[in-house]
Parts: sequence; structure tokens; C-alpha cells
Amino acid sequence: MSWSEDKPIVSIKDVKKSFGSLEVLKGVSIDIMKGEVICIIGPSGSGKSTLIRCINALNDIQGGSITVEGREVHDEELDKLELRKKVGMVFQQYNLFPHKTALQNVMMAPLKVLKEPKADVEKRARALIKKVRLEGKENSYPGELSGGQQQRVAIARSLAMRPDVMLFDEVTAALDPETVKEVLVTIKDLAAEGMTCILVTHEMGFAREVADHIYFTDKGVIVEHGAPEEFFDKASDPRTKEFLSQVL
Amino acid sequence: MTSVEAFFEMLYDVHGINVTIGYDSWDRGQFLDGLWLTVQLSVLSIFFSLLVGAIGAWAQGSPLRIIRALVGGFVTFFRNTPPLVQLYFFFFALGTVLRIESDTGLAQPLVSNFGWAVISFSLFAGAMNTEIFRSGIEAVPNSTIEASYAMGFTRLQTYIYIVLPLAIRISLPSLGTNLVNLVKTTTLAYALAVPELLYVSAQIWSDQLNVREMMNVLLLSYVGLVAILVWILHRWEKALRIPGFGG
Ligand SMILES: Nc1ncnc2c1ncn2[C@@H]1O[C@H](COP(=O)(O)OP(=O)(O)OP(=O)(O)O)[C@@H](O)[C@H]1O
Ligand SMILES: [Mg+2]
Repeated sequence: MSWSEDKPIVSIKDVKKSFGSLEVLKGVSIDIMKGEVICIIGPSGSGKSTLIRCINALNDIQGGSITVEGREVHDEELDKLELRKKVGMVFQQYNLFPHKTALQNVMMAPLKVLKEPKADVEKRARALIKKVRLEGKENSYPGELSGGQQQRVAIARSLAMRPDVMLFDEVTAALDPETVKEVLVTIKDLAAEGMTCILVTHEMGFAREVADHIYFTDKGVIVEHGAPEEFFDKASDPRTKEFLSQVL
Repeated sequence: MTSVEAFFEMLYDVHGINVTIGYDSWDRGQFLDGLWLTVQLSVLSIFFSLLVGAIGAWAQGSPLRIIRALVGGFVTFFRNTPPLVQLYFFFFALGTVLRIESDTGLAQPLVSNFGWAVISFSLFAGAMNTEIFRSGIEAVPNSTIEASYAMGFTRLQTYIYIVLPLAIRISLPSLGTNLVNLVKTTTLAYALAVPELLYVSAQIWSDQLNVREMMNVLLLSYVGLVAILVWILHRWEKALRIPGFGG
């Protein structure tokens, strides 16, 4: 394979995406290096979710290209399952499997998709549950867990696939303020370990702290981007300034 | 002679209530054979109708329009026509075509009367189950399905491990109603002379002229059979209940 770690692990080039006649992404380009953490911020409806859903092919694209580890995602020939083993995703609404316990949720994909032996998977799953600080909740069903706990199970569930890249789509937006922190701590741990993370978030303080790079999107384009300090303190575009004045 | 038989003889001698299956071992044998056949018809039809329903509902979510149209046609056909006519259709229209040469050189039916009854009931109830599962599947949140895809599950794996287990839980009440109806529908096999409960009872009452008694026995038998099914469904529902999910 032609990809090596000195090249972007995820490369988004001039991506265009429409839903019918509604053009949601109008030429977006972002490069992410291995181990980098980037945050995408922007007003509601600006296409943030759409963009990260294109990275693991949950959405198709109408123009441009997205590569993950050098492989074109929107190639008809591409094995979507191979891609999705490399790219983990966590959603705003957790989306755990309600009929499975926390432990089973974490074990499911490695067992059924990777077809790994049960003993190994269980060991790894228990370690992951511990990592997201949910020891003792292994046998609880999602319906018995708080939002923050469910979200941490969802993170553990994604990590169980040993992804190279993690996508987080407003994973704290549905949580109450006290539980937001416990999820953010989990993500921070991950980032510190060198996981490549692409985050859509409304938590500006968190973005500033954890991100290597911040992208501000509006109406399907990237208006402005930069390292957190320069982005937050020296934003120049009036749209960025207005957005920041509202959220900060 | 056992005390049970003595009791039924007394019932007849003293009160004129002639429950022949209580004291006549031949009648009782016939009756129990019929009961056993009804149980077999019911169990097999329930099993295959669930299979038909699961496959039908899966196919109804196919990206191919032609497949969706075929399933739609199947459901409409079996839902909008009388089950007795369906049974006749299978037996007379298909049964006369599907024949094989036997050793003696005579054409033998490929499928027995019992077989046709099971096929017919499975498709009839399977069409209903398809609809029932489909509405259950529609109630499974799209976001849950998407999470499954995002982890690399295929469409079939997602269906088997995520969608179906949730859809079954949602569908269980209407599924129960349909399966109870299916057990009652097995009496239609009478029309093909399959010696199930109704058929053997009718034979007994035409021999013994005890219509009133046998009618009561027959009705009570179905009350019992359905009660057992309802109990099993209830146990199933309980076993499937997830803490913190649904009602
Ligand atoms: N499946 C879809 N079909 C049609 N339109 C869609 C679909 N998904 C998203 N859209 C539209 O695309 C636009 C961008 O949506 P998207 O969810 O990407 O925004 P967002 O930036 O994530 O917003 P938010 O902050 O509210 O989550 C919106 O106008 C939305 O209505
Ligand atoms: Mg969004």
C-alpha cells in the first residue's frame, strides 16, 4: 500500500455533497495526520455531521475525494466493511444496542465482524469498560445507564474494533452539563494516547484544550481554520467572529 | 377397567352424556391421534410461518424494487384471499401437477395432504407475519441500524443481530394474535381429509351420534391448546424483556 505515516491518514479534498437539490458541502478540504485531533465547529445545519458521515461512507459524495490511509472511500470497488473497521464513530444519541448489556455491546462487533475468539474479545472488552470508567456496569442494559454512561459504552464499543481514526459527532450535545465532563475526560485520554480524532463539537473550551487544529464551517464551506490559540484569539472572518461571540 | 373409564360409563348410563372417548379405547386412540396431528400441524405451521415472515420482512427492505414488489404481491395475495380457498388451490391446482412416478409406475403425489396443509398455513400466516415484522422493523430507530453499519456489520448481520431481535420484541403482541389464529385455522385441514382434531371428532360423532358431547370436547380441546400457546408466548415475552427498554 502506498500510504505511509508521513502522509495524511484522512485526506478530504474539495468534497461536494448534495441531498437532492440542496447542496450541503460545497468543496471542503481537510487533511488530518496520524495522531492529530481536529475539531469542526460551526452553526447548526452547516454540514458538519454530513462531512464526518462521508468519511466512513454513511453518506456518499457527489464530487471531490476522501481517502483514509491512502484508499479512496468513495470508490465503488472499495470494501466498505474494511473501511469501517478502521474508522470508529460515536453518535450524539449513543445508539447502543438496547437488547445487549454494556459488555455485550462492546463485544458484538469484534465477535461478529472481526470474528475473533470470544475469550480474547471479552478480555479486551472488560479492559475497555474499565478504561471508560464503567467497571461494575458490565451487565447493565443501556436503558439502565445514564446518558453519559451510555456514551462511554458507545466509545468503548467503537474502540473494541481497534480503529485507526475516531469520529465523534456532537457526542456531548444530548448530555446534561455534569455528565458532559465525564465523556470529555474519556475523549481527552484517547487523544493523549495518540488516537486520531475528528470531532464535531459545541464545547469550545474543550476544543481549545484538546484540538491540534480547529475548522469553522458555515453553509457548506470552511470559512476559517487554524491552531486553537490563533483561531480563538485572532479569528478574522466576520462570520467566525459572530459565531464565536455567540458561543463563548 | 380403570376408574376413569368407569366414571364415563356411569356418566352415560346415569345421565345419558355419551363421551365415548372417555371409556372406548378405540375412540380415544382416534381422538388422541387427531390431537397429536393438530399439535404437529400447529407447531410446523408456526415455525415455518415465522421463517416466512422473517425472510419476507427482510426482503421487503431490499434495495431492489422488483423484490419488494414480489413480497408485496405475496402479502396481498395471501391476506386478501380466504385461507380455505388457498388450501384448495395448493391441493387441487398444484397437488395434481406435482407428481412423481412411483415404483409401480403410478403417479404419486409429491406432497401429502398433511404437507399441503402445512405449506398453505405457513404461507398464509407467514404473509401476516411479514407485515407484523415489517411494522416492528420500521419501529427500530434508523440511528441504531446506522451505528451497526458504522461498525462494519453487513446488512444481513445487522438484520439478524440487531433489527430482528428488536423487531420481534416490538411485534410480539400482534404476533401472538396471529399465531393463535393460526392454531384455529389448522381445522381447515379437515377439507383435505387430514385426520386432525376436527376430522377425527366428526368421525366419532357420526359413528356414535354424540355430536353435542364431542362438540364440547372439541371446543375445550382448542381452549386448552390455545391456552398453552398463549402461556408459551407469555413466557417468551418475559424472557425477551429488556430492563429499561420498551414498556
Ligand atoms: N438525509 C438527509 N436528507 C436530506 N437533507 C439532509 C439529510 N441530512 C442532512 N440534511 C440537510 O443537510 C444540511 C446539513 O446537515 P448536517 O446534519 O450536516 O448539519 P450539522 O452541521 O451537523 O448541524 P447540527 O449542528 O444541527 O448537527 C441541513 O440543512 C440538513 O437539513
Ligand atoms: Mg450534526
